[in-house]
This record gives sequence, C-alpha cells and structure tokens, in this order.
Amino acid sequence: MMRGQRNVFGWGRVVLLTVVALAAAVVPLPRGVDLFRPDLVALTVLWFCLLSPRLLGLTYGWCAGLALDGFKGVLLGQHALTLTVIAYVACKFRLQVRAFPPWQQSVVVLCLLWLNEFLLFWIDGVAGHPVTDWRRWLSVPVGAALWPLVSGICARFASRR
Amino acid sequence: MASHDPDPRPLLLGGPALGLRLIVLAGMAAGLMVADHREHHLSAIRDGIASLAYPIQVAVQAPVQAWAAMRESFARKSRVEAENVKLAADNLVLRLKLMRFDALEQENRRLRAVRESSSRVVQRSLVAEIVRVDLDPFRQRVLVNKGTRDGVFRGQAAIDAAGIFGQVTRAGPFSAEIILISDPEHAIPVAVNRTGARTIALGTGRSGMLSLPYLPQNADVIVGDLLVSSGLGGVYPPGYPVGKVTQVTRDPGQPLLAIEAEPLAGLDRDPEILLVWFDNAVVEPEPEPEAQPGPAPPAAVEAKPAEPRPVEASPAGRSPEAAPETPPAAEPPP
Repeated sequence: MMRGQRNVFGWGRVVLLTVVALAAAVVPLPRGVDLFRPDLVALTVLWFCLLSPRLLGLTYGWCAGLALDGFKGVLLGQHALTLTVIAYVACKFRLQVRAFPPWQQSVVVLCLLWLNEFLLFWIDGVAGHPVTDWRRWLSVPVGAALWPLVSGICARFASRR
Repeated sequence: MASHDPDPRPLLLGGPALGLRLIVLAGMAAGLMVADHREHHLSAIRDGIASLAYPIQVAVQAPVQAWAAMRESFARKSRVEAENVKLAADNLVLRLKLMRFDALEQENRRLRAVRESSSRVVQRSLVAEIVRVDLDPFRQRVLVNKGTRDGVFRGQAAIDAAGIFGQVTRAGPFSAEIILISDPEHAIPVAVNRTGARTIALGTGRSGMLSLPYLPQNADVIVGDLLVSSGLGGVYPPGYPVGKVTQVTRDPGQPLLAIEAEPLAGLDRDPEILLVWFDNAVVEPEPEPEAQPGPAPPAAVEAKPAEPRPVEASPAGRSPEAAPETPPAAEPPP
C-alpha cells in the first residue's frame, strides 16, 4: 500500500477535526466543571505531530493556535507560540514515544501539556495579566488522562480505510 | 493504535529544517503578540478570525439555547401566570415612579445647565444577547451578538436592569467582547451614594465580589451602602448602581480599609444586556451679560483624573450619537 501521504487523511477531515477541537474549547460547561476542560486543540496537534508529522506538523500547530487565540479572544499569537513549541518537541521525540505503551504516552503528553500551560502562564505574566490561580493547572492531568481516548478517536476518524 | 507510515521517505525527517521552522514560526507568533499587545494594529486580522469563529460559537451554544427554549415551552401554566402577576405589579410600581420622572429630568437638565455641567444620562440603548460560550474560566469576559455593524464601539458601557455590567473591550463586525466589572483587570470609579465619597472598585475575578482598597481608615462606609458610578473617567454614565457593600474590615494596623462589595448586576445570569450611549459633553447655559463662567467648566476638570488602569483609558471612541443637547455658547468666556 504505497499511497502518498496526502491520501491517508482527507483535508476535509482534518479541518473538521480541528473545528470540533476548537468548538470544544469554548463550549459552555457548568461552573466548576469548566475548570477541568481539557485542551483538545493541543491534544489534536500532539496526535498529528506524533503520528503523522510530515502531513501536519509545526505549521498546523501554529495555525490551530492562532485560531484558538481568535476563538477565546486572548492575546493573538500566544497559543500559536506554545502549540508550535510542543509540536516541535513532539516531532523531535515521536519515534521514541510511538513505541511506548499508552500509559507511558500519557505521561509524555502530561509533560508536554504542562509545558504548554507553563508557557501560557509565562506569556500571561509578561503581557501584564497574570492568572495565579492554582486551578489553571487542573486541565493538564485531565488532558493527559484523555490521551488514549483522543488518540483512538483521531486514528479512527482520520484514517480513510 | 500507532498507524504505520506508508511514506517511502526516510523516517528521520530533517533536524535543521525542523529547528528552522520552529524558529521562524515562534518568531512570527512573538511578533504577532507584540503587535497585538503594544499597538493594537491587528484589528483586521482579529476581526477576520472573529467573523470566522462567530458562526461556530453560535452553533456551539445552540444546544444550550434549544434546551432553554424547550424548558420554556414546557413551563407550567401556573408558573407563567404567577410570573405575569408579578410583572404586572412591577410594571405598576415602575409606572408610578416614572410619572414624575420626565418632569424631574427636565428640572435636572435645567439645573445642570445652570451649573455648566453635563447632564450625562443614557440617551440611546441597544439590547445585546450574550452568546453562551466560555471564553476563559479565569477572566470575567462575555461575548455578545452585536458588533461594529450595530454601532458598538470600544469602551462602550454595558448595563443591565439592576446595575452596571461592564464595558466593551473589543468590537468585531458581528460580535463584541465585554469585560465585566468583576474582572481582575477592571476598575470602575464609584461613589458611596450615602456620603458621596469617591473611590475605585476593582474586580476580583469572582463574579460575586468587588473590592474597594483605596478608602482611608476614617472613611464613613458601612455594610449595606449603595455604590453608584461616579462618571469619572467618562466610560460609564454617572449615578447608576454598581454594588452594595457587604463587608468592611477595619484593621488599625493598615492605612486603608478593606471593603468588599457585591455587584448588583446579574453578572453570571443575565441572558441579555443593554449597550448604552450617553451624552458626555458639557452643556453650557444661555450666555447672560453678567454671568461669569469660569475658565474651565467643572465637567472638563472632572473627566481628567481617575484613569487607574489601562482598561479605563478608552473614552476615545465616543459615538456620533452622543451629540451635545444644546449648541455650545457662541462667544468664549472673557
């Protein structure tokens, strides 16, 4: 099966997946539950970088991050920067990570999501509106716990076969 | 779970190319952030993204709205009747209050004209619905379904039936983002209604609490005092209720009082709000031969101080609707 990389995923599906992840970032949740909202855009970017970096890599992370900034109405470019950085790390170590069993992949994802949140925290501070509430870190373990589920859904959804 | 790569190219994709792309993309992102933060030059890009995002945001909240509409249509008849009775009673009370209002407003305007200060009452308002999307759990911001196409501008005040709600921080073509008075980056100049003491109410990040950290120990403030907007800074119309004092802590070791207040507007429950236009210009009296108007009208002096935080410093975009009531005096003061 030597189909070109571009045929494995349809672009329409990629866009749809991204839009769903973006919508999940702003979907209204009850007060209290919204603190645990996982960053599905970051998870989607990580999945593409780990499993198919030639198709969608850093540039995809950058574009998805910019769209997320526009959606949430935050400083333009902050998610673009953080998602590019974690996409870079994921692309660098993808061969090791792919060989890991799911729970170890979750640990790697935990570290990357933490890095993402830390960079956002840092940018918030530099931009002059720091959010020092400890609950902002709650989304990181939730995202890591959801990794097996998200990667399964992405694999099922993105593959045409 | 790991699907195999059907690509015949070598597995190790180029190291330097990857690092180079990281540097280029990160540099672009950093450039965007600086441009957005410092200069606000990116409104075109932001408007574009906001316009693309708006249909999705509306679609996202559609199930929530549908659920609310369904509950409404299945509401018990008795409940609707009870609500109707209550609304009729409210209406009666409001009409009673309104009877004298027109006359009082005229009188107020005349008196203010004598004092050469501006009337600054709300003249036009626009109902905007809140789009039920969560922008950020740690920032008190909401999105509304009116934008620059409806004349909304940056720095416009938003109020609801009970009090001051917030102000517009960003106006896109179809939607606008509103910062609530409880956002930690927001500060609103207020006056204690009972004594007239002026201070600033800061947001705390919790929708049920404002903090007033700038009153001295000897200030006359008690629990239950009503805080109204003072109109300093020019963003909010003066005299509208902002909050009620819920706690006053007098610690003799501290130079200032620690006061907490509860916002009166339904910050986390309102389905819709009012965006308002008000007249912020100085209304001058008819020139009289023996009148001695001072060199600077009081309102102009009033509007200058109290720009405590960058959020407040946006009285630039006054709407064209906010024209002065009476034409300014022809000749300048001697």
